[in-house]
Amino acid sequence: MDFISILSIFVLACFVGYYVVWSVTPALHTPLMSVTNAISSVIVVGALIAAAAAGSASSKWLGLIAVALASVNIFGGFAVTARMLAMYKKRERKDG
Amino acid sequence: MGEVAHSQPAWVLLAYLVAGVCFILSLRGLSGPESSRRGNRTGMVGMAIAVGTTLATHGLATIAEIAGAMIVGGGIGLVTARKIQMTAMPQLVAAFHSLVGMAAVLVGAAAYLNPEAFGIAVRITPIASPSIISIFPQSRIEMGLGVAIGAITFSGSVIAFLKLNGNMSGKPILLPLRHVINLGTLAAILALIAYFTQDQAPWVFFTIMGLSFAIGFLLIIPIGGADMPVVISMLNSYSGWAAAAMGFTLHNSAMIITGALVGSSGAILSYIMCRAMNRSFISVIAGGFGAVASSGDAAAIDRPYKRGSAEDAAFLMKQAEQVIIVPGYGMAVAQAQHAVREMADLLKKEGVRVKYAIHPVAGRMPGHMNVLLAEANVPYDEVFELEDINSEFAQTDVAYVIGANDVTNPAAKTDKGSPIYGMPVLDVEKARTCLFVKRSMGGVGYAGIDNELFYRDNTMMLLGDAKKMTEEIVKALG
Repeated sequence: MDFISILSIFVLACFVGYYVVWSVTPALHTPLMSVTNAISSVIVVGALIAAAAAGSASSKWLGLIAVALASVNIFGGFAVTARMLAMYKKRERKDG
Repeated sequence: MGEVAHSQPAWVLLAYLVAGVCFILSLRGLSGPESSRRGNRTGMVGMAIAVGTTLATHGLATIAEIAGAMIVGGGIGLVTARKIQMTAMPQLVAAFHSLVGMAAVLVGAAAYLNPEAFGIAVRITPIASPSIISIFPQSRIEMGLGVAIGAITFSGSVIAFLKLNGNMSGKPILLPLRHVINLGTLAAILALIAYFTQDQAPWVFFTIMGLSFAIGFLLIIPIGGADMPVVISMLNSYSGWAAAAMGFTLHNSAMIITGALVGSSGAILSYIMCRAMNRSFISVIAGGFGAVASSGDAAAIDRPYKRGSAEDAAFLMKQAEQVIIVPGYGMAVAQAQHAVREMADLLKKEGVRVKYAIHPVAGRMPGHMNVLLAEANVPYDEVFELEDINSEFAQTDVAYVIGANDVTNPAAKTDKGSPIYGMPVLDVEKARTCLFVKRSMGGVGYAGIDNELFYRDNTMMLLGDAKKMTEEIVKALG
């Protein structure tokens, strides 16, 4: 991919982000933060490339540490979001 | 520019694109509580696709070490996620931000040390001398920016964590000449990133990193505790931009899409928080808010006010047609949310309509109060945002204010000299009676200002611990 296609993806994704985030209900802003936290750990992709590459031992170790840090976020972020979202319940209609 | 090294099979590019779309859908799901759980699962699928694709194309040689790192990190994450108290969510999110920032720094450093593995360099072999690995100039800018934003996110989030967790005072720390120091450091970082395109020497790279760690620290220490909801949203945004910059370096669409989503999400949340406090973003960043406690509290304490008992409160609420509960962070600190829900249940049995009114900055982060109420089994359709419920106070018999103060202060509407003037507040004084639960008459709110409301004729002060007082009301109702 050349720079211009990448830039296009980025700019369009900013617009998508803008509209999608405004449609998030304020009641769910805390889960929004924890889930964005989890997904921003997609940076683990870069960490995995470094950890898997031959050629530089220090680069590999930095990559492995980054994999561990990002994994805290991925698992922790999605799990804590799921825990919070499970708490949101509707009123029971039977007692009116 | 020589981008040949970046060419990846089409299926890999498509897989990252699918992962990016999954992340968009996971945020889209948060438009309502019902769709949100599916959204979260979609996010997990996206992450699995991104990790799986990377492993399949790169990682199988070192799979054991990678699995070890993921198990250690993932285990810590899962245990923390299960154990954390909902009142501590802001600290947890700050801690998580710092990890994203550090991961970005480490990935940037790894890419700098082994650029060929990332396909961002060419090997030049001059005749009769050792070969030189030259990183593409464009990649150097992207890498420099990614490392800088990541480092700022890391050190800024560490300070935010320490302030939110109480390891560090919430009071702003104001260095002399701090604006000069901060702007100078930022300018130096940008200049070094520009210079980095000419000279890829280690000192340039590591000075960018070091200065960025320093500026993250310097930017957050002058910001007071009251502004932490903005800071934490802002750091959320930074962690996104760091991921996006790394996505540019690695030419990875999943990272770029995610970075853009998270970056805009944090920016929008910062804007919402600023608006809810009537503060400009610049003034929050400049820091110093809440540094001076207002004078004149002593005089205010002597003013006459009406004091009530739990029985009085129970009687008033039982007679009411509608009660609006206005919770603040003080309720969560006192762990009173379960008692409040019990009280609401008893009132509903008496035929009273109960609603909850939430100010955007009622908690310590965006949406925090909603989570705390949800944890106490308060149905989300009884919980309303400021703009949706504010007009109802006039037709409400009792407003029950618990652990909130500044967000109800009428001075925000009338007193031009007040530090919170112009901030949108809940019109609790328009209710027929306003019950105000407060530990004592002495204390002032987070912003350090007195509340006119305490001395009004239709206000009854319920002095005592928020949890104990509510439990006594529950007893009196039962």
